[in-house]
Amino acid sequence: MTRTNSLYGPLDPARDAGYVDPPPRKGFFTDTSICIGCKACEVACKEWNEVPDQGFDLLGSSYDNTGALGANSWRHVAFVEQGSGSTGTRAPVDLGMPTVRGEQEDAAEAAGGDSDKPDFRWLMSSDVCKHCTHAACLDVCPTGSLFRTEFGTVVVQDDICNGCGYCVPACPYGVIERRKGPSGAKNVGIAQKCTLCYDRLGAGQEPACAKACPTDSIQFGDLDELRGRAQERVAALHERGVSSARLYGHDPQDGVGGAGAFFLLLDEPEVYGLPPDPIVTTRDLPSMYRRAGVAAGALLAGAAAAFLGGRR
Amino acid sequence: MTAEARPGVSMVPGAEFRSYYDRAVLKASPWEIDIPIYLFSGGLAAGSSLLAAGADLSSRPGLRRAGRLTALGGLGVSLVALVHDLGRPGRFLKMLRVAKFTSPMSVGTWLLATYGPLAGVAAAGEVARLVGGPKSLGLPGQLLAAVERPAGVAAAVTAPTIASYTGVLLADTATPTWHGAYRELPFLFTASAAAASGGMGMLAAPVSEAGPARRMALAGALTELVAERRMEQSLGMLAEPLHQGRAGRWMRASSWLTAAGAVGTLLAGRSRVAAGLSGLALLAGSWCTRYGVFEAGQASARDPRYTVVPQRERIEAGEATPSVTAGSPAP
Amino acid sequence: MAEAHPVGFQWVVEAMNRGATVIHVDPRFTRTSALADEYVPLRAGTDIAFLGGIINYVLTHELDFREYVLAYTNAASIISEDFQDTDDLEGLFSGFNRETRTYDETSWQYAGREDHAEPAQETKQERQTAQPLQHESHGISLQDEPPRDDTLQHPNCVYQILKRHYARYTPEMVAETCGVPVEQFLEVCRAWTENSGRDRTTALVYSVGWTQHSVGVQYIRAGAILQLLLGNMGRPGGGILALRGHASIQGSTDIPTLFNLLPGYLVMPNPADHGSFREWIEDMGGGAGAKGFWANAEAYGVNLLKAYWGEKATADNDFCFDYLPRITGDHGTYRSVLDMIDGKVKGYFLLGQNPAVGSAHGKAQRLGMANLDWLVVRDLFEIESASFWKNSPEVETGEIVPEECATEVFLLPAAGHAEKEGTFTQTQRMLQWREKALEPPGDCRSELWFFYHLGRMVRERLAGSTDARDRPVLDLAWDYPVDGPHEEPSAEAVLREINGYEVATGRPLASFTEMRTDGSTLGGCWIYTGVFADGVNQAARRKPGSEQGPVALEWGWVWPANRRILYNRASADPEGRPWSERKAYVWWDEEQGRWTGHDVPDFEVAKSPSYRAPAGASGVEALSGDDAFIMMGDGKGALFVPQGLLDGPLPTHYEPVESLFRNPLYAQQANPTRLEYRREENRMNPGGADAHTDVFPFVFTTSRLTEHHTAGGMSRYLQYLSELQPEMFVEVSPALAEERGLEHLGWCHVVTARAAIEGRVMVTERLRPLRVEGRTVHQAWLPYHWGSGGMVTGDSANDLLGIVLDPNVLIQESKVGTCDVRSGRRPRGQALLDLVAEYRRRAGLVGATYPPVLTTGKGTEQ
Ligand SMILES: Nc1nc2c(c(=O)[nH]1)N[C@H]1C(S)=C(S)[C@@H](COP(=O)(O)OP(=O)(O)OC[C@H]3O[C@@H](n4cnc5c(=O)[nH]c(N)nc54)[C@H](O)[C@@H]3O)O[C@H]1N2
Ligand SMILES: Nc1nc2c(c(=O)[nH]1)N[C@H]1C(S)=C(S)[C@@H](COP(=O)(O)OP(=O)(O)OC[C@H]3O[C@@H](n4cnc5c(=O)[nH]c(N)nc54)[C@H](O)[C@@H]3O)O[C@H]1N2
Ligand code: SF4
Ligand code: SF4
Ligand code: SF4
Ligand code: SF4
Ligand code: SF4
Ligand SMILES: [Mo]
Repeated sequence: MTRTNSLYGPLDPARDAGYVDPPPRKGFFTDTSICIGCKACEVACKEWNEVPDQGFDLLGSSYDNTGALGANSWRHVAFVEQGSGSTGTRAPVDLGMPTVRGEQEDAAEAAGGDSDKPDFRWLMSSDVCKHCTHAACLDVCPTGSLFRTEFGTVVVQDDICNGCGYCVPACPYGVIERRKGPSGAKNVGIAQKCTLCYDRLGAGQEPACAKACPTDSIQFGDLDELRGRAQERVAALHERGVSSARLYGHDPQDGVGGAGAFFLLLDEPEVYGLPPDPIVTTRDLPSMYRRAGVAAGALLAGAAAAFLGGRR
Repeated sequence: MTAEARPGVSMVPGAEFRSYYDRAVLKASPWEIDIPIYLFSGGLAAGSSLLAAGADLSSRPGLRRAGRLTALGGLGVSLVALVHDLGRPGRFLKMLRVAKFTSPMSVGTWLLATYGPLAGVAAAGEVARLVGGPKSLGLPGQLLAAVERPAGVAAAVTAPTIASYTGVLLADTATPTWHGAYRELPFLFTASAAAASGGMGMLAAPVSEAGPARRMALAGALTELVAERRMEQSLGMLAEPLHQGRAGRWMRASSWLTAAGAVGTLLAGRSRVAAGLSGLALLAGSWCTRYGVFEAGQASARDPRYTVVPQRERIEAGEATPSVTAGSPAP
Repeated sequence: MAEAHPVGFQWVVEAMNRGATVIHVDPRFTRTSALADEYVPLRAGTDIAFLGGIINYVLTHELDFREYVLAYTNAASIISEDFQDTDDLEGLFSGFNRETRTYDETSWQYAGREDHAEPAQETKQERQTAQPLQHESHGISLQDEPPRDDTLQHPNCVYQILKRHYARYTPEMVAETCGVPVEQFLEVCRAWTENSGRDRTTALVYSVGWTQHSVGVQYIRAGAILQLLLGNMGRPGGGILALRGHASIQGSTDIPTLFNLLPGYLVMPNPADHGSFREWIEDMGGGAGAKGFWANAEAYGVNLLKAYWGEKATADNDFCFDYLPRITGDHGTYRSVLDMIDGKVKGYFLLGQNPAVGSAHGKAQRLGMANLDWLVVRDLFEIESASFWKNSPEVETGEIVPEECATEVFLLPAAGHAEKEGTFTQTQRMLQWREKALEPPGDCRSELWFFYHLGRMVRERLAGSTDARDRPVLDLAWDYPVDGPHEEPSAEAVLREINGYEVATGRPLASFTEMRTDGSTLGGCWIYTGVFADGVNQAARRKPGSEQGPVALEWGWVWPANRRILYNRASADPEGRPWSERKAYVWWDEEQGRWTGHDVPDFEVAKSPSYRAPAGASGVEALSGDDAFIMMGDGKGALFVPQGLLDGPLPTHYEPVESLFRNPLYAQQANPTRLEYRREENRMNPGGADAHTDVFPFVFTTSRLTEHHTAGGMSRYLQYLSELQPEMFVEVSPALAEERGLEHLGWCHVVTARAAIEGRVMVTERLRPLRVEGRTVHQAWLPYHWGSGGMVTGDSANDLLGIVLDPNVLIQESKVGTCDVRSGRRPRGQALLDLVAEYRRRAGLVGATYPPVLTTGKGTEQ
């Protein structure tokens, strides 16, 4: 366990994984400010990757009926209705002929000035595996099923995964999941998540979800370039008064060494179901091992002492 | 219902937070009871191997037999639990494709792969003796007699890692209560293993030979109780799941049983029955600890509060990594 | 737009990224509103009041693009002195016949041209046959220039009439009628006007939120007036963009599936007006001395007939004009369904349509189909329109008994769009060729295959017949090359025929101007001529945008003549110079003596801006060098429409037929000329002028979800779409939920005079109550995608609707109705019928009396 950022900190993951001359790292910049919630990304992903449906449940969470990322949803579009906090039990009031407006007012909101606060907005955001620089799922996988591709992405090999499920609690974003069903679907019992369309990348194509996204909310490309583009976009939005625009997961200094799929959000991450400050668990692994070593030593010593100390 | 980026219903005053329809941010592990069984039986096996080797070297045949057979039993249960969790035996073999230091499960697999056969050989010697002595088995029997002790000692040397790595196994996840306890979990689980195996020794070995078992049980139990307190302190709000619901019941039972077992061990004197009961209490206490910690972790992963609030606090305290930048407050 | 045209919406996003401001006007907050800069909630059915208010704002502040208005619109034209406006007649125009509820258009004509009007008795028949839809593209037929006053001061010039007509549409009136606050309304006015003019243009985008009203056509007209006044027509970044529906619904109006049109907007003849070939041609604008491009109607007609009957069509037999079927009245889908109920229709072909779910008054649809002898359904799945006899709400109530239903249903599997080749014509009039991606499975076949072989077999059956009535079929030119094991006809050969060619040589025509009246050329749809120019399938062109200019003329092919923006002559000033550098599009190149620019000029290329038509000129020659609206008889954009609309020359606010409010502007409540079918099963809820409006106290509107497609045949049968919206639901505001005790995700049922349907409750602030006339109006919203078949089933919103139609084009009013919303599931079986009957009773909808359509004492008798 060396201190060379192999568990934490900025890193070129493909090189770290041993690729000698890897292609530029690929990733996603998802600009949620132009997501229209059409879910084309969800459907395109399922069609391309033969991901089964999630079941037919009306969830009542705005227009989100797939709920969350999981084994059967590798893309998930979140819908957040933000209003006056009403839950349907409020007094019937005249909502005052409201002007429901876009982002300009966010400036006022963010600044704490509620004089011209927007009284309603509808946020939509397409979530996906982050393809972390330091991917906990990959780190903890005991079979080598999860591996780092030459594109710097993180992919499950269905035929190697043994379904141990360890990657599931390891992911700090709650992305990867063992497929429970439906029966008859392929890869039941196997950990499943976005592959960043490894097969398509290999053929020089962009991922299915990005291809299908009509507004280019999902932008695929070289991560470095995307990071630059994202900075420009945030700056442009700030200039237009959308000061709530922020980037999430783009910084190599963050808890996972920078996500391969990062986002432009208009509110705090947790509002979209994202962890506000995720940290790859293996950052602390050396410390854990040290402590386990000490504990094991103590047990050995203790046992010896139990025999040596006082014969009764 | 509609404006769902709303504050969650907070049970901790002041810990208001926002989430996505109160849905989990993280995925709880898909593990079921197999895994806490594995944690428990592995720990029991490991401690028992230690006792067995000590007994072997200090000529306590009863304790040795109890230790070796318990280790074998624990090992067997562990394997069954693991395979059951995976669904098919063949899937376990896939673990042996690689050895990965970053994967506690891989490390554990190799530790188990080292320890298991050794403990198995030692236990085989014991079984052979039970069915008429190694000599009666011819050449293999002789061979067994020759390696029995070295194997037992080697098993004992590797055993402590089996007891302690399971703490890392749970801690090396994003599950808030497990990861939050990463400093204490190895100690807690190791102590719990000591208490359980000591208890088993008290239960299964003649009282005359069980002194080391009693001492190990007592030390284990006390350490377990201390480690548990320490863990709760460092967990902060993440300790809540250890007190609530199903996990809370198991953890409370764990404390009482372990404490009772410890007191019993101290007071039992040479009473076979009291020793047995104390041993049983410690075993049960150890099981409750494993199951309680397991369940508490699962619960902590299912409730977005335990993901969001601590991370948010980190951000508020300025300790966060730069996950989010260039957002509000407005210039 | 983001909801139903997400792919098109990418261009809106791109425009926004370049600084465009987007304003969304809609009763409910949608995915479009979420991205828009400004969202304006308004009461469903009140857009004419809203747009009228903006027109008033423009005129009061003289913000119109005066130079453009003077040159390119009929603002200066003077209207007959006999014209009387709605202000004087309580909401009616002059010429109204109270008996037939139709207009005599005489008084609407240009001064001195009163004899051009259609006599009133004909307008009733025109309503039956949706003739304005035919007129739509034919414009005003004129023989000479109408009188003008270029100072716009003449009291009867269009400009002044317009000004008077909309003077009542004040911001306060808009607020009161639409529920849009004055300040927000003025903000829209400012944004629109400030972004229009020489250097800037504003685009107006609409779809069926505007069309499915009893005044649907006038909605669009109001938009047209505004865009003409602001100089936004025929110019880049401007226009009125109709977002059309099904993938090639534009194609199916060009080459129509409508009962009253022939390809290229030629008129389907009726015995009254089109006794002879000549009459038919003249009616289409092809008469001697007529102005504009429709003057060539004879060529278009002859070429179509030649395409149908080939060698058999000769000048001597009027190119088999007599073989064309005639329409005798309303053969629209709603009339047909009611006729089925009445046993007047025996057999029915349904192709790519699911009326059991998708058409208004679901029960009437299903009961009609259950009373046929036979029904052919060609579809991808066994949709509700094929399974109604065994699985429908009427089976549940006992109104249809499967064992007794005599309709024989032939369900024929259809090939999907990826399984056959051909063209789609999209909303920009662009034809795009589509390759076959895979073979259709099993017995699935293309429409082309079905009709070609059906025709072939019918002809084989009839072969040798001497019966005169079989001649039209036997004489058809019915020969297309076929290919493959299933003998699939060549779609390209069909496109080639549609394009047209020289009969003698087979040389494809390059332009409809090459079409001859002597039978030496043929072509199936004159506006499509050029799609096969040079023998090349121009629709198959796929040159990337990055490799060509901003207008991308080499992607696909746009009718007519690959012209991307219609009337683009208007993008240059009367002298032919671009209005501004920024908005340069098509202009007159003095040196070369021709029109040039980024697009194909929508003008005779060599006609100089200074050209003035000589007196007595006819046809295209009669269009002057600044007559930009070349399909109109007078070459002018019509602010005022003297001919062709059945419900008035100007858009006027009428309340929806089912409305909670009294018309705040006029005594006349709703569209007086609307088409209604007064029958027991088609009772309408009381409107604002009637008693008992409190029985149905809420407004509802129906529309689409991105996740589903129309009647669900293409979405509810697929798991990936079904899971995205798995259940029928009803959106209500928190306030309405409170009022009716509705629980989020619980059940509710919605009741009208036709039906009660149930759905899960979706409480959302995206729906909000509005303040209208001092009252709070609650609006409910329903998607209309569910039915009894498919992977996810639910009640159909269309069961709630009655049938009431816009008089011009016979579209149903399905965007607004009144209803009651109650907690819990609806009753089943007989109890359901009882519930609806009880509501009808309470609303006074019993017996033979129906509420009056006319709610004013005025209006002239003829
Ligand atoms: N995903 C998806 N896409 C589709 C379709 C589909 O079913 N699903 N259908 C296709 C077809 S066939 C068509 S025709 C188009 C239709 O496309 P759209 O017209 O965009 O579809 P709708 O959702 O029916 O109606 C649009 C909006 O009109 C609003 N509305 C209702 N009444 C009024 C009113 O009086 N005034 C105003 N201003 N707005 C009103 C509704 O609230 C709704 O948001 O979409 C096509 N695209
Ligand atoms: N209340 C309410 N009612 C409405 C509307 C509304 O907004 N509100 N909108 C109206 C509008 S704009 C429309 S367009 C109608 C749509 O209503 P419909 O046209 O009745 O409904 P669709 O589901 O689009 O039906 C098309 C059918 O064609 C099938 N199909 C697809 N491809 C092919 C093919 O290649 N060949 C054949 N033979 N079949 C094919 C599909 O499976 C599907 O069943 O609904 C109208 N009804
Ligand atoms: S987001 Fe989770 S599943 Fe994806 S790479 Fe990171 S740790 Fe793995
Ligand atoms: S479930 Fe599969 S992918 Fe996940 S850690 Fe286990 S072996 Fe690796
Ligand atoms: S990259 Fe591919 S696998 Fe990943 S979400 Fe997009 S479509 Fe699915
Ligand atoms: S396809 Fe694009 S716009 Fe549509 S939901 Fe996905 S990310 Fe949003
Ligand atoms: S379904 Fe087809 S026509 Fe409709 S938006 Fe999508 S791509 Fe365009
Ligand atoms: Mo449509």
